[in-house]
Amino acid sequence: MLSIKGLHAKVEEKDILKGLDIEINPGEVHAIMGPNGSGKSTLGNVLAGRPGYEATAGSVVFKGQDLLELDTEERAREGIFLAFQYPVEIPGVSNMEFLKVSVDAKRKHAGLPELSAVEFMKLARETSKRVDLDASFLKRGVNEGFSGGEKKRNEIMQMMLLEPDLCILDETDSGLDIDALQVVADGVNSMRDGKRSFIVVTHYQRLLDYIVPDYVHVLAGGRIVKSGNKDLALELEAKGYGWLENGEG
Amino acid sequence: MTQEVENLIKKDYAAGFHTAIESDTLPPGLNEDVVRFISAKKEEPEWMLEWRLKAYRAWLEMKEPTWAEVQYPEIDFQAISYYSAPKSMADRPQSLDEVDPELLATYEKLGIPLHEQEMLAGVAVDAVFDSVSVVTTFRAKLEEAGVIFCPISEAVRRFPELVKKYLGTVVPQKDNYYAALNSAVFSDGSFVYIPKGVRCPMELSTYFRINEMNTGQFERTLIIADEGSHVSYLEGCTAPQRDENQLHAAVVELIALDNAQIKYSTVQNWYPGDAEGKGGIYNFVTKRGVAHTNAKISWTQVETGSAVTWKYPSCILKGDNSVGEFYSVALTNNFQQADTGTKMIHLGKNTRSTIVAKGISAGRSNSSYRGLVRINPGAEGARNYTQCDSLLIGDRCGAHTFPYIESKNPSAVIEHEATTSKVSDDQLFLCQQRGLDAEKAVSMIVNGFCREVFKELPMEFAVEAGKLLEVSLEGSVG
Repeated sequence: MLSIKGLHAKVEEKDILKGLDIEINPGEVHAIMGPNGSGKSTLGNVLAGRPGYEATAGSVVFKGQDLLELDTEERAREGIFLAFQYPVEIPGVSNMEFLKVSVDAKRKHAGLPELSAVEFMKLARETSKRVDLDASFLKRGVNEGFSGGEKKRNEIMQMMLLEPDLCILDETDSGLDIDALQVVADGVNSMRDGKRSFIVVTHYQRLLDYIVPDYVHVLAGGRIVKSGNKDLALELEAKGYGWLENGEG
Repeated sequence: MTQEVENLIKKDYAAGFHTAIESDTLPPGLNEDVVRFISAKKEEPEWMLEWRLKAYRAWLEMKEPTWAEVQYPEIDFQAISYYSAPKSMADRPQSLDEVDPELLATYEKLGIPLHEQEMLAGVAVDAVFDSVSVVTTFRAKLEEAGVIFCPISEAVRRFPELVKKYLGTVVPQKDNYYAALNSAVFSDGSFVYIPKGVRCPMELSTYFRINEMNTGQFERTLIIADEGSHVSYLEGCTAPQRDENQLHAAVVELIALDNAQIKYSTVQNWYPGDAEGKGGIYNFVTKRGVAHTNAKISWTQVETGSAVTWKYPSCILKGDNSVGEFYSVALTNNFQQADTGTKMIHLGKNTRSTIVAKGISAGRSNSSYRGLVRINPGAEGARNYTQCDSLLIGDRCGAHTFPYIESKNPSAVIEHEATTSKVSDDQLFLCQQRGLDAEKAVSMIVNGFCREVFKELPMEFAVEAGKLLEVSLEGSVG
């Protein structure tokens, strides 16, 4: 699914990723943990092709293609989805319209016909129920006046509608109360089908109680310094990151 | 034809326009004879000619205004031809094959049906049965309701009393430099009269005035809504007009008598010049309405064209409880400049006005909102709400707001809100991450920004306006 080898990346002239390797197979959930400033969010943004995040060395192969060669929107259409830590508002653009044009863009790329307005509305209403968002949110501007939790649930709804192959969740748990966390985690778990892969970037172990990862990686100083199974997350919870960072020198 | 007019034409022949009449186009230049020539061409009565001459003489004494936030080379008014007869059917393109393919591509993007494309491109379509029958049924329906909707040149001849009574009462000949020029040389335009208590059975649109396709650059429109009547008027088509004329100076006057309502919607997309800022229309327009007791005038405009726009559709709220509204979207790209806004003049008691102005600047363009809210001493209990929002795309464009507020009545309530925002990189990235390309993303964000204004437009217009923004924004990102 995704093979990252020796990835270096810089943001505003500052080197953030310094030789990162990860191998992700279809159906796997990989958690990326690490201290602040370790490059966790940078990884998601580089993979999604955010302007300003520049890969300077290494390779990223996604479904057999050189990912770094693709434009931001092409990566999205090919099946990469980034759930944002801080989703932005787009005033005046209705959520429904936004969702429809994004789904249509993806379908068109896959050679499928656009959904009719009626078909899409039905699908969107069903999906909003799955993340416990009232259907009235579909009529409101994208994230306009949404609470933190509503924004995150809106992200998960978009993810469900777009049916990506690789979902990257960038600190989706930040600012969520336990109930909202449960809804988000249920949403993610319902999308685990043995084929779809996930990268879950988080600062806290808590989220991983709900979304149980196959692998946990610790990112420090721009590289993976330790990998393990879900028990590694518990160990980190108990011992902190210091012992790993020190090892890095 | 009256004897008087015939004499007039003969007089013109004598004045040395012999060759000009043969070719039906005047050589460049402006003088009293030119004004007489135009008047004679339109077979106007003597009073109309006098009215024009008065305007012309006033214009000679006036100075071109320079206060607007726009820059353009000096206009040589003697280098312009002030009368050019509509192209005869024989001179027009005979089919769409003869029309500029780039123009057709734009029509395509706007989703304009084929027979309308032909009309817009000036293809000789008089033989097309469809459009003829549409116009005919349309006319019949209006006549049944007693509505008059015709070219203003025709109204001058057929309804002289109405024209005499109202022409120049809202925008006097000497109102401003361009209005004076227009008054002297206007070529044609629309005339509308809605009788007492009549709700106009359909939206009136310049679209249907196909016989007037080639109205010149000095249009004059006069709309009179008699007591208790309603009318919605749509102006302009949403296709680019590759007009070679450099100057467009129109005047629109609206008169809403007691309890009447006029809604005037414009989608303006004159040629804006190319990406380097070469060419394009200078659009200097005076639009104003007067609202009598309990009357309402509503202006909605979407301005995406022209190299320079100078336009302030205004309301004089003369009668008690009258209402004025102004909803505007002005989009500038490349090297376009727009200085546009409104004036709300509150004279009557409990008069209310609402202004929602949205300016969008992209490329190296400049967009200014200029608005005046004046509350006169007698306007007890007047209220105004103004909202001006500017949206910037990129970092080489500019947005400016010039609100003028004059309140001479302490009971008035005036609210003004202004915001400036940018299409943020984060918004763009969100859209692209969901699979939209940058241009589609920008046009969607801009459409969202304009939503409050678009919802005031008649449904079909709103859809076209959205598409138009998309076309106008092409090349603004990337």
